[in-house]
Amino acid sequence: MNERISLADMQSGQKGRIVQIDGGGGMTRRLDALGLRVGKKIQKVSKQLMRGPVIVSHGNARVAVGFGMTQRIWMEIE
Amino acid sequence: MDGDRIIVKKILLMGNPNNGKSVVFNRLTGADVIISNYPGTTVDFTQGKMRIDEEDMMVMDVPGTYSLDAGDKAERVAVKMLKDGDIVVNVVDATNLEKSLNLTVQLLKKKTPMIIALNFWDETKHKGIAIDFQKLEEILGVPCIPICAVTGEGIKKLTERLKEAKISKFSYEDKEKWHVIGDIIGQVQKLSHRHHTFMERLGDISTIPLFGIPLALVILFFTFKIIRFIGEGLIGYVFEPVFEKLWSPLLLKFSAVLGSDGLIHDVLIGKLIEGKIDYGQSFGLLTTGLFVPIGAVLPYVFAFYIILSVLEDCGYLPRLAVLVDGLMHRLGIHGLAIIPMMLGLGCNVPGILSTRILATRRERFIAATLLSIAVPCAALQAMVVGLMGKHMVFGLSVVYGTLFVVWVVLGILMDRLVSGTSPEIFIEIPPYRRPYLTDLLKKIWIRMKWFIKEAIPFVLLGVFIVNILYTLGIIQFVGKYTAPVVSGIFGLPKEAIGALLVGFLRKDVAVGMLAPLALNLKQLIIASVVLTMYFPCIATFSILIKELGFVDMLKASAIMIASALIVGGMLNLIL
Ligand SMILES: Nc1nc2c(ncn2[C@@H]2O[C@H](COP(=O)(O)OP(=O)(O)OP(=O)(O)O)[C@@H](O)[C@H]2O)c(=O)[nH]1
Ligand SMILES: [Mg+2]
Repeated sequence: MNERISLADMQSGQKGRIVQIDGGGGMTRRLDALGLRVGKKIQKVSKQLMRGPVIVSHGNARVAVGFGMTQRIWMEIE
Repeated sequence: MDGDRIIVKKILLMGNPNNGKSVVFNRLTGADVIISNYPGTTVDFTQGKMRIDEEDMMVMDVPGTYSLDAGDKAERVAVKMLKDGDIVVNVVDATNLEKSLNLTVQLLKKKTPMIIALNFWDETKHKGIAIDFQKLEEILGVPCIPICAVTGEGIKKLTERLKEAKISKFSYEDKEKWHVIGDIIGQVQKLSHRHHTFMERLGDISTIPLFGIPLALVILFFTFKIIRFIGEGLIGYVFEPVFEKLWSPLLLKFSAVLGSDGLIHDVLIGKLIEGKIDYGQSFGLLTTGLFVPIGAVLPYVFAFYIILSVLEDCGYLPRLAVLVDGLMHRLGIHGLAIIPMMLGLGCNVPGILSTRILATRRERFIAATLLSIAVPCAALQAMVVGLMGKHMVFGLSVVYGTLFVVWVVLGILMDRLVSGTSPEIFIEIPPYRRPYLTDLLKKIWIRMKWFIKEAIPFVLLGVFIVNILYTLGIIQFVGKYTAPVVSGIFGLPKEAIGALLVGFLRKDVAVGMLAPLALNLKQLIIASVVLTMYFPCIATFSILIKELGFVDMLKASAIMIASALIVGGMLNLIL
């Protein structure tokens, strides 16, 4: 079994696959529109101080995700 | 008569934010819409005309959307506009097909004739992306044309093939969407392995706090240095000499012709100080009225817009938004609100317009209020710099420091008190891009043109009104009654009420009115802070009414007046 942690707890530079999103339809749809959905492989690029946003990359895209949301995105680390 | 009605075809430019729709729009219509490297530059739809084969068409630059079903405001606008569009030009980011096709396949379902522009074709090459656009055309059933909007490559082809736009037969099950998109990409795109470029690495590390925060401070430092260098340089070597050596002698002759006295003389030339023209104190339309906007403010506005435009075009602002998000979150807004604040440092009006990139009413109210209270426009700052002279560094530090504290404290208070929700930041971070010089110069030019058009008439009107107020003795009269506030609370001479009255018209003229009062540094600092905070100028005021509505505007105004009184009074006690 692979390790399962939230995107917030991942280390910068780590790669993983989104396995679960705890959020209503609104949040899921917003994430989906920017390519973040269950099954997607992403890399955590950076995180901020003071519970600031997390930047993730997939392909050529970079997306900044608010800290609260990253606590509700569950990842399986490779 | 019905038969005479000319039916103009409507072309909608649609695509994800920051896909280059506005560049395409400018190319097609010859218009000058602002282009920047961050999502959410275009917040209002813009329309323009173009002519193909003797036929007039209307082109609309629609605000960018990622999807048609996420239900935010921009998307509802887009869906509504889609209903009466005749042709959709879907501008796609070829370096990011997955994200773009998400919207593309949804658009295809809407059954409006469509054509696809594969933009950023230039960037695909060094990103190791090869796209078989003919194959894509076959699969989607609508024309696909590779373009590079900034250089104009492919635009001609796009207009030629516009008439081939058609309704696609392509269809899919909603729940299969990503599968279908993955499938298409698998068929048309080949990636070759490559190393990350320097720009890409720089792009990523500038969001890592350890590197990003020092970088932000360095950029801030150089921003001030460069603005000061350009502003002072232009004033010292160009504008002052022109005004002093060329314009003054002419005016003196004109003054003699007018008999050096009288009402007309005073309105046009103003008072001569020891037989000479003093652009700071004469206060005539042709002296101070022209010198303030052109000789004192314009050089700094120009310098500011150079820096702002470079920061916008290279793609730094969204990264700054990420770095400051943690702080701004505590003010009830999120990091992206740094963009309206930065624009507001030039002029509050475009700043307030761009608060539309924030999603909820609450965020827009907080951002617009903070902006109009604590963000001084370039015109006001330039005049303050001029007045402070050799105490500039210290004086300005106190002014900026105070305004920053006000910004934070008021933000925290509003976060507690204003009802509604503020969602978290969730934005795409574009790659760093090398600014295109022609587009950059065009943007600076658009902004300067706008400044000249807005500023000069209002400054002249302001100077004219100052003359009337003095001639009729209104300032002296009102001054008697307002002295308890102006002198009692703020510690300013009672004539300073004139500046507060005129500040409603133009803040630069208001600061200019302080010149003859011979204020000391403490008074200058207080006056600068109070003039920034107490009330917006008329241009900002009307845009606030438009954006917030009348009731919220009243609330915002109450906050402004109250906080100006408190902060001005406190400064008077502390300093
Ligand atoms: N290299 C390159 N840059 C481009 C191209 N097209 C647009 N850009 C740049 O991409 C950025 C975004 O362009 P805009 O036209 O403002 O994008 P938009 O789609 O109108 O964005 P919003 O108004 O935010 O929805 C700008 O910095 C442009 O200079 C292109 O073909 N190649
Ligand atoms: Mg645009």
